Amino acid sequence: MAAAPILEVESLNVAIPVPAGTLHPVQEVGFRVTRGHTLAIVGESGCGKSLTSLALMNLLPPRAARTAGRLALDGQDLLGLSEREMADIRGNRMSMIFQEPMTSLNPAYTVGDQLVEAERRHRRTSVTAARDRAVWLLEKVGMTGAGERLRQYPHQLSGGLRQRVMIAMALMCDPDLIIADEPTTALDVTIQAQILHLLADLQREFETGLILITHDLGVVARLCDRVAVMYAGQIVEEGTARQIFRTPAHPYTRGLLDCIPIPGKTRRGAHLGTIPGIVPSLVGSMPGCHFADRCPHASGACRSGPIAFRDGAGPGHRYRCVLSLPSGPARPDPAP
Amino acid sequence: MSGAALIEAREVSCTFTVSGGFMKEKRRLQAVSRVSLRIEPGEVMALVGESGCGKTTLAKMMMGLIAPSEGTIEIGGRPLASLPRMEIARSVQPIFQDPYSSLNPRRSVGSIVTQPLRVQKDPDPETWRRRAEEMMEFVGLPQRLFNHYPGQLSGGQRQRVAIARALVNRPRMVICDEPTSALDVSVQSQILNLMQDLRSELGLTYLLISHNLAAVEHMASRVAVMYLGRIVEEAKTGRLFDSPCHPYSEALLGSVLTPDPTLGIPDTQLGTSYPNPLDVPPGCSFHPRCAKAMPGCSVRAPRRVPAPGGGAVACHLHDEGAALDTVS
Ligand SMILES: Nc1ncnc2c1ncn2[C@@H]1O[C@H](COP(=O)(O)OP(=O)(O)OP(=O)(O)O)[C@@H](O)[C@H]1O
Ligand SMILES: Nc1ncnc2c1ncn2[C@@H]1O[C@H](COP(=O)(O)OP(=O)(O)OP(=O)(O)O)[C@@H](O)[C@H]1O
Ligand code: SF4
Ligand SMILES: [Mg+2]
Ligand SMILES: [Mg+2]
Repeated sequence: MAAAPILEVESLNVAIPVPAGTLHPVQEVGFRVTRGHTLAIVGESGCGKSLTSLALMNLLPPRAARTAGRLALDGQDLLGLSEREMADIRGNRMSMIFQEPMTSLNPAYTVGDQLVEAERRHRRTSVTAARDRAVWLLEKVGMTGAGERLRQYPHQLSGGLRQRVMIAMALMCDPDLIIADEPTTALDVTIQAQILHLLADLQREFETGLILITHDLGVVARLCDRVAVMYAGQIVEEGTARQIFRTPAHPYTRGLLDCIPIPGKTRRGAHLGTIPGIVPSLVGSMPGCHFADRCPHASGACRSGPIAFRDGAGPGHRYRCVLSLPSGPARPDPAP
Repeated sequence: MSGAALIEAREVSCTFTVSGGFMKEKRRLQAVSRVSLRIEPGEVMALVGESGCGKTTLAKMMMGLIAPSEGTIEIGGRPLASLPRMEIARSVQPIFQDPYSSLNPRRSVGSIVTQPLRVQKDPDPETWRRRAEEMMEFVGLPQRLFNHYPGQLSGGQRQRVAIARALVNRPRMVICDEPTSALDVSVQSQILNLMQDLRSELGLTYLLISHNLAAVEHMASRVAVMYLGRIVEEAKTGRLFDSPCHPYSEALLGSVLTPDPTLGIPDTQLGTSYPNPLDVPPGCSFHPRCAKAMPGCSVRAPRRVPAPGGGAVACHLHDEGAALDTVS
């Protein structure tokens, strides 16, 4: 079943002038999100995940410049839209759950006022109807006493409750596409599971597309259809969740999977795997593989010019590395 | 148990008031209710539980940042309320969740790391810089960063600065509230490794608050599970993860997402009657969501009893006496 893409991104680049030159935090990024499906974006802190999503929403910091070969929501080109037209789409057909709830919730207004406003900015609903929907959504994301919670200010909520307010806010208008930047990091695992069920239900019901940015590889494996691994501004590997977890091809992806303690496999108190070295500066241009300085397999070929994508273990799996597919056994599934 | 605990909470509670709306009465929000927790020197005690269940509030009371509305906290056998601020700070130091907002952006790394020495009026100012640099080296921060500002550091480096600041005065205990949740997995594994090394080299005691149960299982020696302001189970890490006794602990551990793409999101079996700290259910506060609830559970609060296999649990399923009571 070739579902229609709700979002198409081709050759997305972001450039930010900084005192030392030009920062290139997002380079030639491309992917598609199909209706009712989830794409995960994973990668080291600072690799450009948040700026990629801000670029999609046209919410980049003022001096940042965006260029793209194509950027379309449900077939509609977003590149040519005016800021007013884009503002109509944001929070309405395409909404974002931000990484840092405190920076996007206004401390001076109650939770209720902010949720009601999120809907009434785009819809001609009454305050009462919007308030009812807010209560319904807060209950869906696991906040009881929602009626009372509406009167609280953001600082009176725990970290996890604030994050759930953000999630409810993104859902106020039943968007076609949700971009969620670390939506469940401040939440415990039972609430996380319930919110992930909620997102999955909404997806099934409204065929919403979801881009999930997260450091939690458990969430990625369990919830996402496709995974894009970013490193220093570029997508270095992309494939289905099964391909990425069972037959990871890029040395960075393989290093990443070794960093997580797996109950029953990692000895308690033993040292965990790490990826030695630091991320390269993204100022100026870098000819070869961005991972070369940290890669145990790097050779001269890795540094001489741009690295093209190679085909991975199956259809739709690709990775940016000079090495052929690792021939060793595929990673076994972790013990359940 | 013999000897004084490093820190001990005895039956502490904390209540906030929440506005009920225009012209309505203020309502009481019971964030922590009658919690007792004893931490021995050298332990890694983990505190886990639903978001909003009162973990941060309990941690703040244990550092003297919030006064308990009832109960007492003791450090080394002495009531915390009677100790001067400086002395508390010398025993217990926090590392908070967010390395972005917990460091003052206008202060250099050196100034941040030496701050506890300044605040505590350390009598030996000539040694401040050297001690700060030693500690920076200890946590893996190059000394060239001494004059850098937080904005120039990566997330992992910032969290190391927070750790260096917490440790510069050699506290006996560190309270870590979600120390790695803002970090990506490769940096997270570095910080967890570092915390392990510091523990053995400096003989530290940790209270570790985390939603990352894989990290908890990896790091902790004992675990306390909180639900709606109460500790519902407490045990050695191996016992808790191998055979949780409390139905909430079971649900919690069952929701851990191992990175296995052949499995989906597990069903928590908890239903959607989420707990409301403004309106705590009678009896066992978990009963509306408990798959194993019995008639007596909605009436009588369970007491804390020894758990099979070690530790303690507050659940009627494990309290013979109470089960008989409900039948009679
Ligand atoms: N306004 C800005 N001006 C200059 N540089 C910026 C700005 N915003 C972000 N950057 C830089 O761009 C790079 C990518 O940042 P981004 O926030 O997209 O990272 P990320 O992948 O989301 O990381 P994290 O996992 O820590 O959230 C980083 O090196 C960051 O320091
Ligand atoms: N200053 C305050 N005023 C009113 N209520 C508060 C205040 N601080 C915390 N609360 C409430 O107390 C309860 C416990 O909050 P706390 O921050 O201790 O939770 P937590 O277990 O740390 O949660 P999380 O895992 O989400 O960080 C929550 O219901 C919260 O809304
Ligand atoms: S291209 Fe070379 S340096 Fe880059 S990941 Fe592959 S082997 Fe390593
Ligand atoms: Mg980000
Ligand atoms: Mg907290």
